[in-house]
Amino acid sequence: MSDLLKELRSKIDSGTRISEDDALALFESNDLLGIGELAALVNRNKNGDKVFFNVNRHINYTNVCVNRCAFCAFSKEEGEKGGYTLALKDIRTRAMEAADAGATEIHMVGGLHPDLPFEFYLEMLESIKQVRPQLHIKAFTAVEIDYFSEVAELSIERVVERLKQAGLDSLPGGGAEILGQQVRDRLCSEKISGDRWLEVTELVHGAGLRSNATMLFGHVEQYSDRVDHLRRLRELQDRTGGFQTFIPLAFQPENTRIQGATGVGGVDALKTLAISRLYLDNFQHVKAYWVMLGLKIAQVALAFGVDDLDGTVVEEQIGHDAGADSPQALSKQQIIGMIRKAGRIPVERDTLYNEIRTY
Amino acid sequence: MLEKIAKKIEHGKQLTRKDALFLLSEAELLAVARLADNIRRKKHPDNRVTFVVDRNVNYTNVCESQCKFCAFYRTAEDGDAYLLDYQTIFAKVQELVEHDGTQLLMQGGLHPTLTIEWFEELFRQLKERFPRVQIHSLSPAEVIHVARLSGLSMKKCLQRLQVAGLDSVPGGGAEVLVDDVRREISPNKIGWKDWAAVMEQAHKLGMRTTATMMFGSKESPEDIVEHLFRVRNIQKKTGGFTAFIPWTFQPDNTELGGETASGVEYLKVLALSRIVLDNVENIQASWVTQGARMAQVALFFGANDLGGTMLEENVVAAAGCSFRMSKDEVIELARGAGFIPARRTTEYQVLEEY
Repeated sequence: MSDLLKELRSKIDSGTRISEDDALALFESNDLLGIGELAALVNRNKNGDKVFFNVNRHINYTNVCVNRCAFCAFSKEEGEKGGYTLALKDIRTRAMEAADAGATEIHMVGGLHPDLPFEFYLEMLESIKQVRPQLHIKAFTAVEIDYFSEVAELSIERVVERLKQAGLDSLPGGGAEILGQQVRDRLCSEKISGDRWLEVTELVHGAGLRSNATMLFGHVEQYSDRVDHLRRLRELQDRTGGFQTFIPLAFQPENTRIQGATGVGGVDALKTLAISRLYLDNFQHVKAYWVMLGLKIAQVALAFGVDDLDGTVVEEQIGHDAGADSPQALSKQQIIGMIRKAGRIPVERDTLYNEIRTY
Repeated sequence: MLEKIAKKIEHGKQLTRKDALFLLSEAELLAVARLADNIRRKKHPDNRVTFVVDRNVNYTNVCESQCKFCAFYRTAEDGDAYLLDYQTIFAKVQELVEHDGTQLLMQGGLHPTLTIEWFEELFRQLKERFPRVQIHSLSPAEVIHVARLSGLSMKKCLQRLQVAGLDSVPGGGAEVLVDDVRREISPNKIGWKDWAAVMEQAHKLGMRTTATMMFGSKESPEDIVEHLFRVRNIQKKTGGFTAFIPWTFQPDNTELGGETASGVEYLKVLALSRIVLDNVENIQASWVTQGARMAQVALFFGANDLGGTMLEENVVAAAGCSFRMSKDEVIELARGAGFIPARRTTEYQVLEEY
């Protein structure tokens, strides 16, 4: 074991926090197994042998978006060929199908549509709750919340309150990308700033809603940008405790406008998951999002500090438009099999990590 | 148990089948990886990851063996059955040479009428045209089939092929070297003893070979362990294997169907191979069946080689698995994991570092 890892091991044993310098040194290290071993230890202390998954359905209600993020292969301009917005009755039908197939959660995000009124979003939530009140609706990134406040000319607090009344139960963690502004200028200059993302998220947590946090990595950022991203999340979590899960997303370069990006290697993907587990000591869960990592790496990630494999996603669009070659949906049996073959205990959870059933 | 095994490895003592089975079935993935990685770093302290620029040429897809795990074979009557003529093969090898290729991996089905003369003439002409390309061709099943069709002993057949230009033999067709498994997945193919006999004979004639294992179909963990020990024992006798290549059954379009081995299973078997086969110098990661991300991770689970860049690959692709990699991507993959990429010959001489 290298000196760095020995030092980190004693920090972990004594409950001392890992510093930004430590995290950076880990990113620069090639000791994949050593980093994995430490992350696995930390995860075991937090979550034992359990690996969580949920049964959910993604609904991407529109791909029309006023932002033109360079990394995105999903968005269309208004009037562009291939642009769509789902009708309320389609959203209702999808929610009913999902619930009847055993889903406990709807994961719903979309583009920033230029014309839809705020009431549309409220109606989406209400109509899902009308037909299947038991579904947990996890919807809208901080970016969308900020946009709604602009569209509705209401404060963030008021927007969140109205959404909550209409049926919003929690928020996913998208739109964080890399929080540092220099990277955002190259990646998504029209999107809200990293500071604003954190501000909106803090208000969401303040309103009593839980959310996740993501990090899109493997494009134009440096390791130091990743560490800075993790630092900002850890600080916010210290204040609010509202984050449930951290989800590093491996950038998919196809059909995007990022020049020269080759995609994330397996070693970088596993290292990033493991380092996140080590640094984000105040996050209970780290998720391997198999849609972007592929099933094999996602399963291997369970030995690198990961305790969550996301859902049995139905109809994922965003990652696949960017060339993800994973299947579009996984059956519950497949996910249970994957977890078992990794020597761990599969636990179906609801969105808030209440255990539904152990397999 | 793990500590006992670690001690044994440290003192260079041979593991028992029981030790190996424990590592495969009970030990944690990273614990097995750690043991394998230590051995790999001791055997290859130069920090290199090697690869060869090669091309697979499948001279025919007509095959009498018709294994249940295979999506590539056809009967002679099938509309898409083919046999490549010499000119087509030469054109493919010409293209290989233009890509700095040094290895021709030629394998085909067990064709009902191709006798040794067809191969002898082909090898002679290949050597004439492309003297610097290593003919690394014909698996043991093909050698035995050609010998039988030509009324020759296996030894005589190998000798004649060698004289005609065969340089080395790839380790395909090993599948799992346990006959109970073979009866289930490839009932018409040679048994494990014949596979071993061809390899030993090739080694005696001075030809190096590789050894493979295709797992994730019908075998048990015990069968995997047995396979590794059988390869180890052949190597003890001859020392002729350059590398071991475990790869996973690809189920699409095959009679067996079902699922492929998971990522964790692949890495564990790979690491176990590195641990048990202490007398085999090189372990290859299979990016063809695992994809680039897994192959890169495999470099920490015992693998020190990325096999060929494979200008052409047909057999695995027929089973629904079509990962492609350019030479530059292979180099980047090794570098991205902190290793020095190096292009090698079939027999593991380094030609160029990157």
